[in-house]
Amino acid sequence: MSNKRLTFKKRLHIIKHQLRDKKLAPAFNAFHTFLFTPDETTHSGGHIRAADDLKRTMNTVILALVPVLLFSMFNAGYQHYSAVNGFPENFSVWNDFLTWDNFWIGIIKVLPLVVVSYGVGLLIEFIFAVIKGHEVEEGYLVTGMLVPLIVPIDTPLWMLAVAVVFGVIIGKEVFGGTGMNILNPALTIRAFLFFAYPTWMSGDKVWVYQGMERAGTPDAISGETILGYLAQNGQNEFSYTVSDMFFGFIPGSVGETSTFLILLGGLFLIFSKIASWRIMVSAVAGALAMGLIFNGVVDAGWITESSKFYGLMSFDFWKHLIVGGLAFGIVYMATDPVTGSQTNRGKWIYGFLIGFISVMIRVFNPAYPEGVFLAILLMNVFAPTIDHYVVRANVNKRLKRFKNAVVLPKDTEEAKLKVETI
Amino acid sequence: MAILSKKDSKLILDPLADNNPITIQVLGICSALAITAELKASIVMALSVLFVLGLGNVVISLMRNIIPSKIRIIVQLVVVATLVIIVDQVLKAFAYELSKTLAVFVGLIITNCIIMGRFEAFALGNGVWRSFLDGIGNAAGYGVILIIVGFFRELLGSGTLLGFPVLGNPIEKTGLYAIGYENNGFMLLSPMALIVVGILIWVQRSRNPALIEEN
Repeated sequence: MSNKRLTFKKRLHIIKHQLRDKKLAPAFNAFHTFLFTPDETTHSGGHIRAADDLKRTMNTVILALVPVLLFSMFNAGYQHYSAVNGFPENFSVWNDFLTWDNFWIGIIKVLPLVVVSYGVGLLIEFIFAVIKGHEVEEGYLVTGMLVPLIVPIDTPLWMLAVAVVFGVIIGKEVFGGTGMNILNPALTIRAFLFFAYPTWMSGDKVWVYQGMERAGTPDAISGETILGYLAQNGQNEFSYTVSDMFFGFIPGSVGETSTFLILLGGLFLIFSKIASWRIMVSAVAGALAMGLIFNGVVDAGWITESSKFYGLMSFDFWKHLIVGGLAFGIVYMATDPVTGSQTNRGKWIYGFLIGFISVMIRVFNPAYPEGVFLAILLMNVFAPTIDHYVVRANVNKRLKRFKNAVVLPKDTEEAKLKVETI
Repeated sequence: MAILSKKDSKLILDPLADNNPITIQVLGICSALAITAELKASIVMALSVLFVLGLGNVVISLMRNIIPSKIRIIVQLVVVATLVIIVDQVLKAFAYELSKTLAVFVGLIITNCIIMGRFEAFALGNGVWRSFLDGIGNAAGYGVILIIVGFFRELLGSGTLLGFPVLGNPIEKTGLYAIGYENNGFMLLSPMALIVVGILIWVQRSRNPALIEEN
């Protein structure tokens, strides 16, 4: 046979045709389209040829996440060694942060999270595609990368696997799969982890590698998030400087710490027109507005140091943007085109409320030191309602304009003729 | 061999499967979500409803020809309230701890839609024996779902069944806990009960596509 002379590409196409209408066809096609464009051509109707299909869109977001992921791998090690040996006195990025030791911790702690997230999530996508007999949907590509970045570093892998199974099935597949889901699947997964295993999702142990393992031993280490510290202690004194917070040398969920890199990723997404700048801008505005209100309340003297809200309320309003997961949530999660608002005016309202409610939850509910994931999930639920009223308002406005504008001259033959021709 | 005629046995078996009050008619959800965090509470709740609905259907059926239709709802309420108070007092007397767990939900059996629904839909128009069977059947259908939900919630949420630790001791780290297993706290919250009921509905409907309504 001349089979040997066939190119790899050609052979894949042959397999594809052999598998057509078989059960495993979707599974094969999913891998196939990663490598090559399908060889089918459409035969009817008009078509627009565009390079940015769903897979490319998803890949762009992943590209924007890569710097965050790399940073988080170094930060995993940096936080661990800082907790064990104390913070380095003269911190230098090259000697203390970008080291192989730090990166190694990232490889053994962060990469497994990524692998489990993708492995389990894609397995479920494949199973559902085979059962339902449609092509494998690309929706999990971004979710799979977001999930490891929004959990604490010490999350046990089996917990992550359970949560991914739950999030993908209940958060997405039951609604009809990618593009039909009401809630952001990555945040559904985080919410599941948070409510199912709260001891592993908050406190001061889980944010550093080996924090849980060493708890209760003489070697115990801890690294509290800034928000957790403020909720507990109520004073604005901690060793992190503003630049630490901005560049991300602080404890926190795996990928949320570096506001700087998230900002770069956000600019990249805006520039490539993947994510909505309206949502990002309005969410930042919402967070600042709520922060300003709280600062104002403190300045007015209504809240004094005896109050348990004092620590978080007196926290400078703009600093809310650079601690915790707010920046990460705004850039990568709130802008999810499926679960967010679709209309432009809706996006302003939706984004503003996300920022506003996030900071409100942070301050008022010490049980949830980070509120952004709850705020986004809440607004996901309300997004269709917001869109509905925005569209209605527009329809009403146009109806009114139409009624005012069209004055039909009555009873003349000419006018009747005009109306008929219209 | 047939103790029950085909028609009568249908009265009992239908609510257990294809006409289940919870998964098909979606009635009585409130208590199904609230008290199923423990298997024991689920079983007691199921038995209480069995008692109230079985006896209530009989009473209503006996009185069906003398109840003026204008005040029938009030009469039904009196009957169900009487039976619920009996259950409540019995629980308080013989299972005080449990009655505290069930708290207000025993009293709320009165408002359980399944009970009023069966009174209205069945007992008012059928004979005593058939009404009794219908009551037992529907209460059993309700109870089965409660027990299934309670089983999963207690097993996954607390690692126990009827209070016995079946997965090991979470504090001393024995059994499954020795290898890092943790109880799923979400299972103890009501939203998860709703999701478990939802999954049951999903399973039931995919096994029997005839149950799926057209849009």
